[in-house]
Amino acid sequence: MARRDVAIVATAQRPNQVGSTLTSVELILPVINEVIEKLGIERQKIGFWCHGSCDYMSGQPFSFVAAVDAIGAWPPIIESHVEGDGALALYEAWVKIQTGECDVALVFSNGKTTSGPIDRILNLQADPYMVTPLWPGFDSLSALQARACLDSNVLTEADMAEVAARSYRDALNNPIAYAKENVTAEQLLARPYVTAPLRAHDCGVPVDGANAVVLAAGDAARGLAERPAWIRGIDHRIDTQRLGARSMTESFSTAVAAHKAGVGDDRIDVAELHAPYTHQEILLRRAMNLGEGTHINPSGGALVSNPAMAAGLARFAEAAESVFSGSADRVLAHCTSGPMLQQNLVCVMEGE
Amino acid sequence: MSEADGIMRLRQPISVTYNWSAGPNATSHLNGLLAGTLIGKRCPSCSLVYFPPRNGVCPKCARVLGDDVVVGPRGTITTFCVVNVPFLGQKIKLPYVAAQILLDGADISMQHLIQECEAGDVRIGMRVEPVWKDRSEWGPSLENIAHFRPTGEPDRDMGVEAGAS
Repeated sequence: MARRDVAIVATAQRPNQVGSTLTSVELILPVINEVIEKLGIERQKIGFWCHGSCDYMSGQPFSFVAAVDAIGAWPPIIESHVEGDGALALYEAWVKIQTGECDVALVFSNGKTTSGPIDRILNLQADPYMVTPLWPGFDSLSALQARACLDSNVLTEADMAEVAARSYRDALNNPIAYAKENVTAEQLLARPYVTAPLRAHDCGVPVDGANAVVLAAGDAARGLAERPAWIRGIDHRIDTQRLGARSMTESFSTAVAAHKAGVGDDRIDVAELHAPYTHQEILLRRAMNLGEGTHINPSGGALVSNPAMAAGLARFAEAAESVFSGSADRVLAHCTSGPMLQQNLVCVMEGE
Repeated sequence: MSEADGIMRLRQPISVTYNWSAGPNATSHLNGLLAGTLIGKRCPSCSLVYFPPRNGVCPKCARVLGDDVVVGPRGTITTFCVVNVPFLGQKIKLPYVAAQILLDGADISMQHLIQECEAGDVRIGMRVEPVWKDRSEWGPSLENIAHFRPTGEPDRDMGVEAGAS
């Protein structure tokens, strides 16, 4: 069966904030309504709804079921939920469209990251037998990875600070970014460690956020957007959950996913990389061979606003918007999940 | 742990503390319970009154709910279940009745306990009223109501044959 052409045709994102008193349903509802209003379509035109979130973050089993209240599920709809980032839900929606069962799908995600100790909660993504019972925390695991990279001369603390300084400066131009500062790498390096060798700027800022993206196939996409962001390749790969059996200094799954998604086939204008830690952005760039010609994370990325479970889909939204506006022709969106870049989803999109 | 079997066991108890928020749209409902008033909310689009107002949104219309509406306190049983099965931690004498109750003025039913009558006398359409716990035990919860009991009013016709229950 020939692959169907599928594009992102609209996006909506909440301004990222800290300490929201809204429920997850209240976080999601406005972005879903906003993205539908942007398209000016009837709700019934959406043939598939797919949601990404994590019940551990709300501390309520089956909390994702309540999210259906934000959809307006009457008459009845076809929907699904992914216990993970919204970008993984986007992948499911893309597959659903490939089956021919629908032409238009709405993907949404939410992360109330500041309602609990996210560093500990995310530990539940680790191997449940050998790692999770030790409760190492994601900052600590990522610090181990950064330490291995420093010891292997893959990168320096100054390289990491450069990533943060660029992200914080770029965030000044992003109205929905949370952390923003006109700062230099030298200034950042003067600040203290939080989990050595990680400083505060090396770790993505946990925020509350929500976003929604609409996918459409073929002529439906052309009818819904002036310049759809066509998905030319999308691939999801996973490294072993055994942390001791993995390379700490390169991301093999990212390299494979990038190859399968066709990253190296042509230039990439903009790459939105989901790197919750500075050294991870460097590992991702190396794994995908992204060079000087590629603008990395013009939005500021997940470092400046990291709504867990929504930060990956946010990368897709930002990359697609740069195609909509015409500021980029060929873009890359990436999502990671699990400890130390365990899972990686890579997508290449193009304007026509 | 037995050293003879050579199996190592590790206990790692953990806890996670959340700052849970009920959300601004459910606040009037919860404050109402603290004051002994049953407050639902009306959807500005379809006009249905939700009690409880869940997440403060209408799941049918995907709209934030609008005006507060005082409902009940009396209501009508729409369906029920007689519980005969004992289970660990059971606090109520068997058999007892868990019922869906449509409070007067509300458009969705809620579940509560029926007491002060024989389980076999409970029926669809039966009129009931809340029995509140002592005020000293109240919190922002429907558990402020100990149970519902029959009012003795004539049954409401719920569109089922008499005796069908």
